[in-house]
Amino acid sequence: MNIWDPEHECISRDELEQLQLERLQAIINRVHKNVTCYRRKFDDLGIIAEDIRSLSDLTKLPFTTMDDLRLNYPYGMFAVPLREVVRIHSSSGTTSKPIVVGYTKNDIRIWSNLVARFMTAAGVTRDDLVQIAFRYGLYTGAFGLHYGAEAIGASVIPMGTGNTEKQIMIMQDYKTTVLVSTPSYALALADRIEQLGVNPKALSLKVGLFGGEPWSEKMREEIEKRLLLSATDNYGLSEVIGPGIAGECSCKKGLHIYEDAFIPEIIDPETGAIMSPGHSGELVLTTLTKEAFPMIRYRTGDITSLNYAQCECGRTLVRMEKTMQRSDDMLIIRGVNVFPSQIEEALFSVAQGEPPYQIVVERKEAMDSLEVIVEVTDKIFSLELQKQRSFLETLKKRIGSVIGITVEVKLVESKSIPRLKGKIVRVVDKRQI
Amino acid sequence: MLKIKNINTYYGQVHVLKNVSLHLTAGEIVTLIGANGAGKTTLLNSLSGIVPPRSGQIIFDGVPINDLAAHQIVKMGISQVPEGRQVFKPFSVEDNLELGAYLQYKTREGKAAAKETNEMIYALFPILRERRKQLAGTLSGGELQMLSIGRALMAKPKLLLLDEPSMGLAPIVAQEIFQVIESLSREKKTTILLVEQNARAALKLANRGYVLETGRLILEGTAADLLQNKEVQRAYLGKDKKEIWER
Repeated sequence: MNIWDPEHECISRDELEQLQLERLQAIINRVHKNVTCYRRKFDDLGIIAEDIRSLSDLTKLPFTTMDDLRLNYPYGMFAVPLREVVRIHSSSGTTSKPIVVGYTKNDIRIWSNLVARFMTAAGVTRDDLVQIAFRYGLYTGAFGLHYGAEAIGASVIPMGTGNTEKQIMIMQDYKTTVLVSTPSYALALADRIEQLGVNPKALSLKVGLFGGEPWSEKMREEIEKRLLLSATDNYGLSEVIGPGIAGECSCKKGLHIYEDAFIPEIIDPETGAIMSPGHSGELVLTTLTKEAFPMIRYRTGDITSLNYAQCECGRTLVRMEKTMQRSDDMLIIRGVNVFPSQIEEALFSVAQGEPPYQIVVERKEAMDSLEVIVEVTDKIFSLELQKQRSFLETLKKRIGSVIGITVEVKLVESKSIPRLKGKIVRVVDKRQI
Repeated sequence: MLKIKNINTYYGQVHVLKNVSLHLTAGEIVTLIGANGAGKTTLLNSLSGIVPPRSGQIIFDGVPINDLAAHQIVKMGISQVPEGRQVFKPFSVEDNLELGAYLQYKTREGKAAAKETNEMIYALFPILRERRKQLAGTLSGGELQMLSIGRALMAKPKLLLLDEPSMGLAPIVAQEIFQVIESLSREKKTTILLVEQNARAALKLANRGYVLETGRLILEGTAADLLQNKEVQRAYLGKDKKEIWER
């Protein structure tokens, strides 16, 4: 079993805790000096850097939330001057304004090596051909896996998303051995492969690295059976680094969190109280090595639990359970994070009013679809048919551009959306994962 | 091998080291960089017991040493090469070296062992053998530094603390000193904590490094990472002196 960075992935608990303490103290000193938001938050609570004398003192510090990131849009949370930043990425926020994150040269290198850890753990070597079917662009997923594969020395095929038939053609002709995509897209590929009459045994796939959205063991089984590869999960979020926070090893019994770079905590999402190991709660992460965009106790919104038992693979790092749920109302559609509040904001601005609406999410033929159902109001009703149609087009475009994926928009009769105790259920998620 | 947790060191009322935590693994060269007055020398002095920390823990090979006196710490295996090549100038080179082994000289076996160590040091610095009868005061800067390091090595330390070994030396001599440090690490497996004003040379030599700023550690990382860090480059490597656009 190959381990990319045995020095850190197999470190003893005692050595790890010393390293974490040193790095934690250093990063607290840095953010206190360089990031106004943190300085203000610490000062408000009367906390000085010297109060952090042990890892458990971390709980004295306030949480960082998406609200903090929104209020400090775009560069307020950066801990280095912008000219030291070599890369900007962004991800969805709760409003039409996204979250902006940055990386220094060192951050990119450290990131590459973290991703290389779970890619190596999944079985990727320098001899592999890695087809990346994540969307390139502002998202972190494609670049993270791209750098990780390059660090290992594998050959990267930066395919991007969509164009399923070309994906399959490349897979056949270029002899792709590693597939990187969302798990639902892997199933969509499997469907298409079947339809095209391609024999999966004739493909060279051996490893699949799937992430970006929750997926069940049932999906894993199906993907492995239909594409004839070993499928592993990895975890990350753009606000913290992107992929490279945690990843499965070949035991597939939880994702090892790279604790030399991140300190995980599990809290009760309601009260913020720390949960003991083994209990489920919201994952909170503190970055230890990031230069440009450090995060102190960031509330990820993902529900999971931690397992400190030693893993058979030899890695000593804690494992987190696959994340299947959120503590907030964020939706993950084809690997893209979507907040209902973003859709509402777009709808209300286009409608110049507040028409009743409902968001319906479904999985059709392995792919997610999102539909916004809007009730006709007097104002919309009074429009000519032509204008109604262009209203729908504008709405579809606006929502699409804010959340980054195409959606369906439908007008329905007034009062036709079912009410529960007089209220519309905002989001109906019909997916069975 | 060495683990420091939250040490706070004062000079009278002045709080110099603030919650410093740091570690060294056996065989490593770790460098400590920082501006003048950041507390680098104070950290070495706290380790060697010259200025004991007021609070915190220093654990060496599993034993807490923060309450030990300086000579007991030397006995534990930590030797310091002080800044500015402070040797006993009116004494001969030989006598200076013997002084470094004063703990060993108490027993017969120790004395014999010290003779061996002495030979090892002459092998490392052949020039010291040539000058062994000379008074230390007559040596050149580079030779003094070699003597100073040699004297610390006489105690056969497991951990060597080096305080600005290249200060005030001609570049070519400084390079020679760095080569010696490297061979000490490679051949003798001595663990080294190196404080250097020449951050670039130190980072090229070291495995890891820490950056100290006004008594606080603000960065820990591999030497390669620190060399690439813009803050380190700007502040300690002399790059990017031009005015920069902030946000």
